[in-house]
Amino acid sequence: MSRTPRPKTKLVPQPTTNYLPERDADKRPILETRHLGIDFGGLSAVSDFNVAVGPTEIAGLIGPNGAGKTTIFNLLTNVYKPTRGTILLDGIDTAGKSTTEVNRMGIARTFQNIRLFRQLSVLDNVLIALNNETRYSALSAILRLPEYWRRERIARDRAMELLSIFDMQPLADQPAGSLPYGAQRRLEIVRALATNPSLLLLDEPAAGMNPSETSELMDNIVKIRDTFQIAIMLIEHDMNLVMGICEVIGVLNFGRIIAKGTSDDIQSNPLVIEAYLGKKKEG
Amino acid sequence: MSLFFSQFLNGLQTGSVYALVALGYSMVYGIILLLNFAHGDIIMVGAYAAFYSMTAFHLHPLLSVVLAVAASTLLGVVIEKVAYTPLRQAPRLSLLITAIGVSFLLENGAQLLFGSETKSMSPIVTGNVSLGSMSISKVALLTIAVTVAAMAILTFLVQRTKLGKAMRAVSEDMGAAQLMGISLNKTISFTFAVGSALAGIGSVLYLCAYTQASPTMGSMLGLKAFVAAVLGGIGSIPGAMIGGFAIGLLEALCSAVNLSVWKDGVVFAILILVLLVKPTGIMGRSQAEKV
Repeated sequence: MSRTPRPKTKLVPQPTTNYLPERDADKRPILETRHLGIDFGGLSAVSDFNVAVGPTEIAGLIGPNGAGKTTIFNLLTNVYKPTRGTILLDGIDTAGKSTTEVNRMGIARTFQNIRLFRQLSVLDNVLIALNNETRYSALSAILRLPEYWRRERIARDRAMELLSIFDMQPLADQPAGSLPYGAQRRLEIVRALATNPSLLLLDEPAAGMNPSETSELMDNIVKIRDTFQIAIMLIEHDMNLVMGICEVIGVLNFGRIIAKGTSDDIQSNPLVIEAYLGKKKEG
Repeated sequence: MSLFFSQFLNGLQTGSVYALVALGYSMVYGIILLLNFAHGDIIMVGAYAAFYSMTAFHLHPLLSVVLAVAASTLLGVVIEKVAYTPLRQAPRLSLLITAIGVSFLLENGAQLLFGSETKSMSPIVTGNVSLGSMSISKVALLTIAVTVAAMAILTFLVQRTKLGKAMRAVSEDMGAAQLMGISLNKTISFTFAVGSALAGIGSVLYLCAYTQASPTMGSMLGLKAFVAAVLGGIGSIPGAMIGGFAIGLLEALCSAVNLSVWKDGVVFAILILVLLVKPTGIMGRSQAEKV
């Protein structure tokens, strides 16, 4: 039986549209998405979403309301199952993993509408997120074995240390729901950090903050990146914050990336201006 | 005065069992918003486990207690895994109907296995303790003491341990809890295990007081405990404790004024009243809608 010779496969180099900060260029991106997309019924909410985020990058995601920014966060944390495409977290495909597993693999997030455990104390909110690192059996807890006390003390110290990023130690015993709005937003960040992420997703961290709180938050986001050496991806409408600290910015409109680059690239990009301000009248 | 005191103790004793069972209802509702109607029947299984290990196998009463609690705990976790876990994404009504189905399964399975007649045994704890002019039955004292101890352990478990905190976190915001790395399966199983263990303790205490077991003993007891949970505020742990004792005392009050025939009616009238006047119960948190 003679085989018909197979035509030779022609290889085409793929131009990648991803950007990374120079210091992260030779490292594996902590997050990479390939042709990520999701349909809700007949509506394609996100399509062909390709990004790479370096291990110490601060990336920003902006776009008009309803562009699909929060949907992307929900996709990245496997709250939604993508219709198409792949998510690679530190090179590992997260498909089929539960939300809990994705968190343990290294993605932590905050929420646009604050979702703290309001009835629990500030400290307990952080301790819950530290759960995976606090190991003792239920039995040793009931019998109050030294093991329990030791682990609890380590967890408590760690929680206090994390709270100290935002100088929140004095609030530790208050119910989270009773905190002022800005403090609740900060606590959400602390709680997310407590899960020991390699990628932190912040959904509108500056929403409802006044300019001085926002500028303090900007310093703190950079400080978190520097101290923990993690990647941060944020959604934000406050352009001062985005332009001020994000190294790479992606602009989303109707579920598609329309522009990617540094703040200067974005500000001069005609597509972005069109998305935000509308088309220039002809003539 | 002595009549009042003895009825008060009676009330606390029945109330203890109601409270222990109500805790299971409330904890499960708090975490997956399911009215676990099979919960009452877990008591029945626990009671049979204690009954047979004492009468047929002549085990030491304390060992029988451990066996009964272990059997209830295991049953609770198995029911959750087999019947409820596959329905986690399903509408809540399907879950509720499944719970009723499991309840029927357990009741009829028990009739098949143990026979439909009531099984009686000789009392385990007998005698009275005299306190001045009054005498108190040891069973009542034991029941109240065990219940208080169980509640103290539960409170510690829920307030101080990481699983307890995870439980409270999941009951407040399941989605956010998952995103904080809390394992849903583990937390829900833990909740069922603790709730069922309390029911197991309740079943043994019930057996001490009434010395009999029947396949349908769990349904009325379960329903009254459910009323107790609603009265206390379903989903609230301290509420379930208060509700249980309140229902027990109310029943004792009915007996004290010679209305013991009306006991059940009064309890369910309370359910209707609570649902009409304060659906969140005594300790329930009101669901404030964000505007």
